[in-house]
Amino acid sequence: MDNALTITNLRIEVAGSGFDIIDDVNLRIAPGEVLGLVGESGSGKTTVGLAVLGHARRGVKLAGGDVMIGDAAMLALGDVALRQARGRLVTYVPQDPSTALNPALRIQKQLIEVLEFHNFGGSDKARQERVVQVMSEVLLPSTPEFLRRYPHQLSGGQQQRVGLAMAFACRPSVIVLDEPTTGLDVSTQAHVLATVRDLCRAHKVAALYVTHDLAVVANLADRVAVMYAGRIVEQGTAAELFFNPSHPYTRHLIAAAPDMSTDREMVGLRGRAPGPGRRPVGCSFAPRCELATADCRAEFPAEREAGPGRLVRCIRPFEIPQSTQHVAVHSSPIAASATHALMVRDVCASYTGHEVVHNVDLHVDRGECLALVGESGSGKTTLSRSIGGLHREWTGEISLGSERLARSARDRSTAQRLRIQYVFQNPYSSLQPRRTVGDSVARPLIIGGVGKTEANRKVGEMLERVALTASYANRFPDQLSGGERQRVAIARALVSRPEVLVCDEVTSALDVLVQASIVELLSELRRDLGLAMLFVTHNLPLVASIADQVAVLADGKLVESGPTEKVLRHPEAEYTKRLIADTPQIAAAVET
Amino acid sequence: MSNNRGVIRFIARRLALGLFTLFVVSLVVFAATQLLPSDPAQAILGRDANAVSVAALRTKLGLNHTAFYQYTHWLKGMLSGNPGDSFNAQIPILSYISDRVVNSLFLLFLASVVSIPMSLWFGAYSARKRDTLFDNVTSNTMLALASLPEFVVGIILVLVFSLRVWHLLPAVSTIDIHKGPWSDMKGMVLPTATLVIGAVPYISRVVRASMIEVLESDYVEMARLKGAPEKVVLWRHALPNALGPVFQVIALNIAYFAAGVIVVEALFNYQGIGGALRDSVRVRDIPVIQFLVMVLAAVYVVTNLAADLATVLVTPRLRTRMR
Repeated sequence: MDNALTITNLRIEVAGSGFDIIDDVNLRIAPGEVLGLVGESGSGKTTVGLAVLGHARRGVKLAGGDVMIGDAAMLALGDVALRQARGRLVTYVPQDPSTALNPALRIQKQLIEVLEFHNFGGSDKARQERVVQVMSEVLLPSTPEFLRRYPHQLSGGQQQRVGLAMAFACRPSVIVLDEPTTGLDVSTQAHVLATVRDLCRAHKVAALYVTHDLAVVANLADRVAVMYAGRIVEQGTAAELFFNPSHPYTRHLIAAAPDMSTDREMVGLRGRAPGPGRRPVGCSFAPRCELATADCRAEFPAEREAGPGRLVRCIRPFEIPQSTQHVAVHSSPIAASATHALMVRDVCASYTGHEVVHNVDLHVDRGECLALVGESGSGKTTLSRSIGGLHREWTGEISLGSERLARSARDRSTAQRLRIQYVFQNPYSSLQPRRTVGDSVARPLIIGGVGKTEANRKVGEMLERVALTASYANRFPDQLSGGERQRVAIARALVSRPEVLVCDEVTSALDVLVQASIVELLSELRRDLGLAMLFVTHNLPLVASIADQVAVLADGKLVESGPTEKVLRHPEAEYTKRLIADTPQIAAAVET
Repeated sequence: MSNNRGVIRFIARRLALGLFTLFVVSLVVFAATQLLPSDPAQAILGRDANAVSVAALRTKLGLNHTAFYQYTHWLKGMLSGNPGDSFNAQIPILSYISDRVVNSLFLLFLASVVSIPMSLWFGAYSARKRDTLFDNVTSNTMLALASLPEFVVGIILVLVFSLRVWHLLPAVSTIDIHKGPWSDMKGMVLPTATLVIGAVPYISRVVRASMIEVLESDYVEMARLKGAPEKVVLWRHALPNALGPVFQVIALNIAYFAAGVIVVEALFNYQGIGGALRDSVRVRDIPVIQFLVMVLAAVYVVTNLAADLATVLVTPRLRTRMR
């Protein structure tokens, strides 16, 4: 069958410098097929996605190669022809619909204008009908009342469905989806993915699905291409690629992905993918690859067959890096003492009088990790902020050991505050940008009355402990990567040797390999320091690799709690069952 | 519709607040004029006037009443459309000053009508052509102009267009106060230009910054990826979202014009409120000072209200919240 989309020798450069962002990318997608394009942030996957629409962002130059959609050469079209192709022949579903829909226009207008630009349907009446039709295709109401809404009057899931409706409106032959389910709850994500799959099959649309989420790709895509530092290092059918990866990088990605159906621990990988202009002569993965030889560093391996329909850029395909074979080490809590390290009893929390957390009981022992799981709006962050003393509108009892805590951190003693520490979700905003790493990490010590020299020594030790070096103390946050910043935030939380550590979605802003190494670090620190850890997350698979106990929160109520193994394998609450069913898993997808 | 009702309630609330602001201003103005040194009656009659005639004049002007009586009396007059008589000219303020108020408002109106579209165009075009030669040249020129005070700009304009280089335009305004300023449009050019040159750099900088932010937004990229013609991208998707902050700056600038006219009027000998205010302060003509300050305060209140309203109207998120 003819391909709907063929990309050959695509090269994209940093405008002006000639450094390659993307080089030598070759892809093809058949009508009705979904190709998953996987990679870390900065790997160039979005850049490839936009190039399919003949679009390059500011500072980026489409430098060579071909993108053919049917017989349209997207990179050679003039302005007018390109405009006619976009939105009609090839369409785009953006990552974040809340910013990609125009806040000043009703969704009706935003839908119908696509049809108008391309004179689809011929008459206004036909276009109105098409809008109604496409709305029902994406399972949204098409009442005049609904169509008159503005984007901010829709939920995140509805906004993304409007994005899909815009993309499918003109019956395109190729659709590019750029992480369209990031930020959606798993149940919403499951529904949006089902819609994408059904529409692509039904209308024979070729889909390029760009994402960093391997589990989503394993469930959705027919074929997968893995990108690293601007090149495709491996491609093949989803089943084969996940079952038996041939490139060591793919193997690392899979080893790093959290998966609740297997017993293995997540394994991270240090280092960063080299950016444009910093790429080595040889294989760009070589500096991080434990299998690398002198030959790997001599030149970038050419694409070679690694089986039927499989291509790989590695001279030692199918060899297995030792570190991805990590065996699970399950920690058991340190012998239980009479009092729990952290106890939450009958806590209700409200926002301006509106109760969002209802009568929650929890406890965490020394050396134990309790995962607090819930979707957005479940009240998990409100609860953890109440525990940290950052939210003061709550009733009930929160105790640290045998001491009952005051409502607000301000009313707690310095010693109490130092015994319970908090790591925030976003390491890009949780570190004061004008303070050096050393100053930030030393803060809790200085507050605790430790002298300057002593504090500096402890900061140095702590930075080593979180696998940075003491020399990081002199740097500023903007000189660090996301993973490094999160390590600094963890160091700051742990430097005062707290008993309880509250981690609020600490990996959700990070790439999968970085996430794995942060989780590794936290597990290790918990074992070594005997920390009681409250790990707040919406990511169910992550729970399997980090927590001993799980508490599931829905609409502010605790619906289920117990040992991780039991809750994940044999959930009792309907809500938990549904949550697990909606969570995409790699292993499950590969088996079917 | 509930939305419309919400907007109407918003306007009503803001109007009430505006009136309250004016009331507070009236208190402050009254108190300030009470604190002026020297006696108005003495100032009017001169240093050599005898005590008897000064006392007589004080009685006539109502200066012997308590401050509270004077204030309520004045406020009542303002509210009923009769702000009283000028101490100096001894005639009702409105007939003494209304022509001048009209002159100044007309100058302010002309300056706004010219500077707003000009700023929008310069700002939007620079944003689209950002970092090109056009953008760099306009940005730097604007910055240079913005850093010059009006009287310098005015003097340069006079030198270039009426005295030294060309003799195209009158250096001073010679409008017949009874025919209205529109009778001498040629004389309006330089005063208007001076104000416009003061305002355009500010407004256009804000338009440019706001427009650049919007042009970089996801929804503008999305519009292009939907195949929208560039005109639609600019006018439908970008501009409405860029206007919010611009309205606020326009309001501030109109308020600034109201003060700026005082300098410009002096420069071009333009018969407006600037001159009247200066004269009244010199001779302690308290009713006129009070009246003019209230007029200026009203201009501030009205333009700010208009800007807030315009912002709400172009921002559905704000509009739909008003239920």
